[in-house]
Amino acid sequence: MKLDYQTIERMAHLARLEVSEVEKVSLLKDMENILSFMEKLNELDTSGVEPLIYLNDEVNVLRDDVEKNDICPAEALKNAPLHDDVYFKVAKVIERN
Amino acid sequence: MTEKVLAKYDLVIGLEIHAQLLTKTKIFSSDSASFGGDPNDHTSIISVGLPGTLPKVNEKVVAYAVKMGWATNCTINKHNRFDRKNYFYADLPKGYQITQDELPICQKGFITIQVKDNSEKNIRINRIHMEEDAGKSMHDRDDKYSLIDLNRAGVPLIEIVSEPDLRSAEEAAAYVTEVRKLVRYLDICDGNMEEGSLRCDANISVKLKGTDEYGARCEVKNLNSIRNLQRAVNYEFKRQVKLVEKGERIEQNTLNFNASTGVTTVLRSKEMANDYRYFPEPDLPPLDLAEEWIQKLKAELPELPEQRVKRYLKDFELSHYNASLLTADRGVADFFEELVLYTPYYKSAANWVTGPLQSYANEKGKDLSILRSSLKPISDIIKLVEELKINYTAAVQQLFPALMAKENQSIPQLVHDLNLFIDTDDDELTGFIDEVVSRYPEKVMEYHKGKKGVLGLFMGDIMKISKGKIDPKSANKLLLEKLKSLK
Repeated sequence: MKLDYQTIERMAHLARLEVSEVEKVSLLKDMENILSFMEKLNELDTSGVEPLIYLNDEVNVLRDDVEKNDICPAEALKNAPLHDDVYFKVAKVIERN
Repeated sequence: MTEKVLAKYDLVIGLEIHAQLLTKTKIFSSDSASFGGDPNDHTSIISVGLPGTLPKVNEKVVAYAVKMGWATNCTINKHNRFDRKNYFYADLPKGYQITQDELPICQKGFITIQVKDNSEKNIRINRIHMEEDAGKSMHDRDDKYSLIDLNRAGVPLIEIVSEPDLRSAEEAAAYVTEVRKLVRYLDICDGNMEEGSLRCDANISVKLKGTDEYGARCEVKNLNSIRNLQRAVNYEFKRQVKLVEKGERIEQNTLNFNASTGVTTVLRSKEMANDYRYFPEPDLPPLDLAEEWIQKLKAELPELPEQRVKRYLKDFELSHYNASLLTADRGVADFFEELVLYTPYYKSAANWVTGPLQSYANEKGKDLSILRSSLKPISDIIKLVEELKINYTAAVQQLFPALMAKENQSIPQLVHDLNLFIDTDDDELTGFIDEVVSRYPEKVMEYHKGKKGVLGLFMGDIMKISKGKIDPKSANKLLLEKLKSLK
């Protein structure tokens, strides 16, 4: 299957990934291969076959509405690359005018 | 632009309402779902989105969604699935929101609203689905960074999506009012729009009357009050008609309404629209709701406002206006029903509840339940007014405040102490009337020449010098007799 660079750029944007021009070349090739493989699979007639979503047959796995605190703010923040005592810190999402 | 131009067009509105559910815990984890708390204190390994953690559905969320479905005449879908809606935003730690896309829990219902001429209109509900809320971003606390609080991440929401059946800002307002009333009656959401527990997005388009061709729709986000919803709708109607009249195209954009300027601005263009790439959530097994369980929830529904209005019209012979006013709030309606256990004067009771009693509670910053211990004396006051033993104004301005100021006082004692009994002694009454009439001989002449408006002046003075102790009805009667005798 043939893809173009625009598609690669779009995918990269959706994944919020920065991709260099050099990487684009190899990524295009990889994705074309993956999709060609999918095309092969698509040749199979799967009409009447339910898509497999779940790996077991469980249904109705529910929980009672009972409060249980398992972590404190410090633990919640622990793995974040950037934080202060109480908040996660991220790159500014909007510009203030 | 003239009203005449606007009148050529229909306004078409569909609303998406998000209601935060009043559960103790979040939709997929056991951390607190309550509003407030220290930042990032209501969190868990699931709501901060740590890898390898598995969500688990809160049964109460499903129950609340089903109840809302019943209350809005929906079909309840027994087979339910959750889906992932993929997008990146810093307050959505997993990179996707768990929602329901293809198989929402409720579909195809309707809500009845009252329109202008008191007639009813059914607004169709397309769907109600369950989903998780995102965290909160703060952009102005820090120069360099946005700060994130994940207390709200994973708080349960239901999204109620209407069909584009609303045709005016008033209808949109009536619809939101009705939804808010329903979630409050069901006790599944506090309905507070300012705090964001009930949020409203509006899809707005215009079409030439008589045609079936709908214009491109614009979605206005985050309307945080019914008034702002109405302002945004009216603004968009004019803006879109103006563009169509100029022969321009309406861009299908996502808009933001600025409450201080009253203007909508583009938040996202169609080109910038997200591609959410929905797919089934493999971490949550599907739900197969048992018929017995959903019927049990139906049986648990409280009497809803519409049903109450009908009952009040029938059992208490109230006006439609009074019945709607009382049932607008479940607490008010409940209080009224407790009060009428003590008094047969239903109409007076209704007026007392929505008038002076409600005002008193509002002043105290409380709800009517603070008056629950005074139902008996309040009914005594109503009785005295109905029997014309005391004057209504005196009852509201003197007797009721006195009752509130002194606990455990008997009403007859208070009336006696305040000297409020209407003088049935016609002599004293005639005295007041004679005095007032003799003050204004020229007004008496005007009256006899046919100027009936001067009666108000006489009555005002009579009530003043009698200090509200006399019954206006008999005073009026005696005054007319007096004036007649002077002719």
